[in-house]
Amino acid sequence: MPNVVEMRNITKEFPGVIANDSVDFSLEKGEIHVLLGENGAGKTTLMNQLYGLYQPTSGEIYINGKLVDVKDPNVAISLGVGMVHQHFMLVEPFTVAENIILGSEPVNGIKIDMAKAINDVQKISEQYGLAVDANAKIQDISVGMQQRVEILKALYRGAEILILDEPTAVLTPQEIEELATILRGLGSQGKSIILITHKLKEVMAMSDRVTVIRRGKVIDTLATKTTDTDGLAELMVGRKVKLTVDKEESVAGDVVLKVENLKALDNRHIPALKGVSFEVKRGEIFAIAGVDGNGQSQLIEVITGLRKATDGKIQLNGNDITGAQTRNIIDAGVSHIPEDRHKRGLVLSHTLAENSVLGDHLKEPYSKNGILDYDIIHKHCLELIEEFDVRTPNEQVEARSLSGGNQQKLIVARELVRNPDLLIASQPTRGVDVGAIEFIHKRLVEQRDQGKAVLLVSLELDEVMNLADRIAVIYDGQIVGIVEGKGATEKELGIMMAGGNADSKEKH
Amino acid sequence: METIVLIMAVIASALRLATPLIFSALGGTFCERSGVVNIALEGIMIMGAFFAILVTEFTGNPWLGILAAIVAGIMTSLILAVLAIHLRANQVVAGVAINMLTAALAAFLLEMVWHRSGQTDPVQASLTQNPFEFLEGIPVLGPLVGGLNPFVYLAFVAVAISYYVLFKTSFGLRLRAVGEHPKAADTVGINVYKIRYIAVMISGALAGISGASLSLGTVNLFREGMTSGKGFIALAAMIFGKWHPVGAFLACLFFGLMEAIQIQASSLGLDWIPSEFLQAVPYVATVLALAGVVGRAVGPAASGQPYEKGHR
Amino acid sequence: MVKKKESKLQLLIDSVKFPLMAIVLSFLVGSLFIVWTGNNPLVAYGALFGGSLGSMSRFGETLLKTTPLIFTGLSIAFAFRTGLFNIGAEGQYVMGALFTVTAAWIFKGLPGFLLVPMILISGGLGGALWAMIPGILKAKLGIHEVIVTIMLNYTGLFIANFFIRTALNPSTLLGTEQKAYSVLLPEHGRLTQLTEIMPVFGTSSVNTGILLAVVVAVITWFVLFKTTLGYEIRSVGNNPYAAEYGGINISKNMILAFAISGMMAGLAAATVVAGLTYKIDQSSHSPGYGFTGIAVALVGKNHPLGVIASALLFGILSNGARKMQIAGIPKEIVDIIQGLIIIFIAAEAVLKYMPDIKAKFSGKKDKEVA
Repeated sequence: MPNVVEMRNITKEFPGVIANDSVDFSLEKGEIHVLLGENGAGKTTLMNQLYGLYQPTSGEIYINGKLVDVKDPNVAISLGVGMVHQHFMLVEPFTVAENIILGSEPVNGIKIDMAKAINDVQKISEQYGLAVDANAKIQDISVGMQQRVEILKALYRGAEILILDEPTAVLTPQEIEELATILRGLGSQGKSIILITHKLKEVMAMSDRVTVIRRGKVIDTLATKTTDTDGLAELMVGRKVKLTVDKEESVAGDVVLKVENLKALDNRHIPALKGVSFEVKRGEIFAIAGVDGNGQSQLIEVITGLRKATDGKIQLNGNDITGAQTRNIIDAGVSHIPEDRHKRGLVLSHTLAENSVLGDHLKEPYSKNGILDYDIIHKHCLELIEEFDVRTPNEQVEARSLSGGNQQKLIVARELVRNPDLLIASQPTRGVDVGAIEFIHKRLVEQRDQGKAVLLVSLELDEVMNLADRIAVIYDGQIVGIVEGKGATEKELGIMMAGGNADSKEKH
Repeated sequence: METIVLIMAVIASALRLATPLIFSALGGTFCERSGVVNIALEGIMIMGAFFAILVTEFTGNPWLGILAAIVAGIMTSLILAVLAIHLRANQVVAGVAINMLTAALAAFLLEMVWHRSGQTDPVQASLTQNPFEFLEGIPVLGPLVGGLNPFVYLAFVAVAISYYVLFKTSFGLRLRAVGEHPKAADTVGINVYKIRYIAVMISGALAGISGASLSLGTVNLFREGMTSGKGFIALAAMIFGKWHPVGAFLACLFFGLMEAIQIQASSLGLDWIPSEFLQAVPYVATVLALAGVVGRAVGPAASGQPYEKGHR
Repeated sequence: MVKKKESKLQLLIDSVKFPLMAIVLSFLVGSLFIVWTGNNPLVAYGALFGGSLGSMSRFGETLLKTTPLIFTGLSIAFAFRTGLFNIGAEGQYVMGALFTVTAAWIFKGLPGFLLVPMILISGGLGGALWAMIPGILKAKLGIHEVIVTIMLNYTGLFIANFFIRTALNPSTLLGTEQKAYSVLLPEHGRLTQLTEIMPVFGTSSVNTGILLAVVVAVITWFVLFKTTLGYEIRSVGNNPYAAEYGGINISKNMILAFAISGMMAGLAAATVVAGLTYKIDQSSHSPGYGFTGIAVALVGKNHPLGVIASALLFGILSNGARKMQIAGIPKEIVDIIQGLIIIFIAAEAVLKYMPDIKAKFSGKKDKEVA
């Protein structure tokens, strides 16, 4: 089978990070080839270069045997490459037909030939088995149909090579099956398909070959039928250097946080939490592991009052806090290290001192009768800076002038020193250097030893396995399993994280 | 018969008063549909009104005056375009700044050219009369036709053209896409910046004609403050009309009618309604429309947000 | 410790840099216009500054012009700090004026030392109430405040005109013939002229309003930077997500900020009515302090103390314009300069405030997701 696409020795660098490191990738005609990897592995970046949204720092791209320079999407389209993005690029109030023809409209003089457009859309819709209603508005159709529109967009422009980025992320199980059928159909009509995903089940069900990427490098390329979900999980997660933390056995006490059957929607009104239940006890670190986008963010938002639950209950120390205001939740003894320090954790234009009392600013001694006591606030901030080794000239600088790692340390300091009953830590070491990681981990264990309840959410399996006394895995808005921290294996967790079952093994 | 003549007079008045609103509202529609908020319509109208008179005075040709208004409008709108699209400044601040600058500029030029402040002399060549004199003989509609000026007819044509361009041409489709979801347009190879620039210039041209219709079309001179907020009412009409040329057109007719009724209140036996209340109707109606009382008014999704290419 | 002191001065210089450049640029472009009129820019600017600062009397007149600008500048600066654009200061001003005159009539029986504060408070109240309309619409329904406030500017004007023509007209209240203005403020309700306490101000009509303005500016500075209210308002304005995370109630603070902003505009009206005009006139347009206030706030970097300096600059321009006119240079040049200042500042404001706010609002991640 000839190669329709060859990417040789592709390296892509961004300031401070090498997203793709000497990657070799090839696509045979008519095959479905999966790019598998964790978040941040470099899959989308690689494909963005094939589609002309980025240019490689070095390396070559060949399409149908010819060396090409894909300067922008227009060039990619003319070369027969089409991309269906993870977040749909559809104009909501427009119809299906209008979205498909946008930018390549059939015209009669200056007037759009809408009749021809609709006709063409219906023709290719039938040809490829992608059922759509050409006259329906995007805002009125299902997500599954929206995705078919995106695929048709590419096919309309004559795409022979289709890139689909995390196509199953927003689909129901039935829609996923439909998609699999469609893709096989496209393959049999001579189209070549690249699927970007982190979901092992779908890899086994839909692909001919798999290329596993980890940290910007290709680990291996293999034929799907020669492997299984176990094998893929191992390749995907890999052997990493473990950061071990000395910790003693935990002595877990009363239940501090109890979550029952929690349900919630995300910003697009799609269910993000589909009935989550768990408990966090005093004196333990309870970790929630999972691949990004499976509901963790929404879960923490609901618990901290930043999002409304649609169903379920949350209890803190026996008191019902479902639907409570953030203000009250903080006062009830909950600290929260947010997953996005720039969005939630800090007001970048405020000084460190002002940031150090965010959340506590109404309490004495930081303020009395509505007037802030800056002497005390500055002292408090200096204490935080000292204890947590935040590198900064002083406490008066704006938060934005600190490095990411130091910003994170300040936030951690602020939340820990508040002495909460429940400490929620969401990606607490994201973007932090190794030394600081160790420091933060030690402090988290310390909190646990002092009898606090610690709820840890992390995308890093190492961190989870290192710190947790108990580990829950969240997948597709539900907890698929809770295991003891001691004795948990990467393989076991990796399978659960990708939607598999710890007990059953998926063999192709 | 008396009442019919009166009604015709009111309708004619309404159409004349609505005309400047229509041009500006159409301009605002193009601009906002592409994602750029244009608070500067008022200021562009001032430039249009002034330059129409200026050039007509010196060339004796009112059609050249209209051309000058269009050019002035486009030039002024380019200031907004550069600030909003290239420099990504706050579009509202930019709009307010332009309004203040153009008012001052017009007053200054007025002083320089006519050597007095307040208003210019009337120009000789005019466009205030009914171009179809032969129709004035028609019973019933005669007086109505007699009260209209060429701009009114131009306005109707402009509405039709705007509708066609916006909804039937590929340029219009792309423009609307850019205003709703610029990233989506970008990923299919559409140049977001170019389209926005063109949209802003179109609104500049239309607002320029609007100004010309105000000065050249009614009183044959330029007077300071003659726009009296019509640029903002046009924005209100645009919102009321849900960013649709025909909707905006109807809204402008409504506002024009309100103003006509207010002017003719005594002859209509309506002087028991305080004139201030009648004057306030368009403004209050807009607030109610925005508040969803008169149907939710939702604008183009990307309106007011500068676009940064490559920002994922 | 030495490090901190230096950085404070450095900070001051850094923040003044841009507005100063905008002002200088505008004056330079302005001089081109002056040359076009056949005059010498130096003579023109000499008349401008001489006319506004040349003597204590003239300075007094400048301060008179500065007073309402401090208030409207504060109004807009305060709103900006919450991330809101209050173009409605014009309408809030008018409503403030309306409430001022009404209160002066209703409470005219009170002795002077009670009546004056009553009048001022009422003026502030009028502005605050009028501003709460867009505030509530924004906080509860998410309606953008720009168009609403512009519409309310006109509506407020019409309402005021109505009452001046009817209920507040001297013909209604005093039985005289119909006037185009409201009933006058009683003597004891008027602000004291400064020349009575400080004769150095000579022939100018400057009054205690300027003192009130400065005091209010200082209080505003204190509230914004030293109180929990100010802390919450600034947090909401700079990063609503983080504010929410910190337990701050976003809609409450939005409404409050609008109300305070409107109150300032109302106070502007109160000091002008109680200190200078002693009445309000029926008019087809509002006085324009609200719009100039936008320029004042921008040049003053939305900082209460900066607003004082900025308002003074615009007061100088306003007062000096008349003297320039007498020297044969069209006063419209000053308006042109004013407009240019805002345009140059609009171009520069981008660099400071926008990048963070925009990134937060569109939910962009700061890392690439591969």
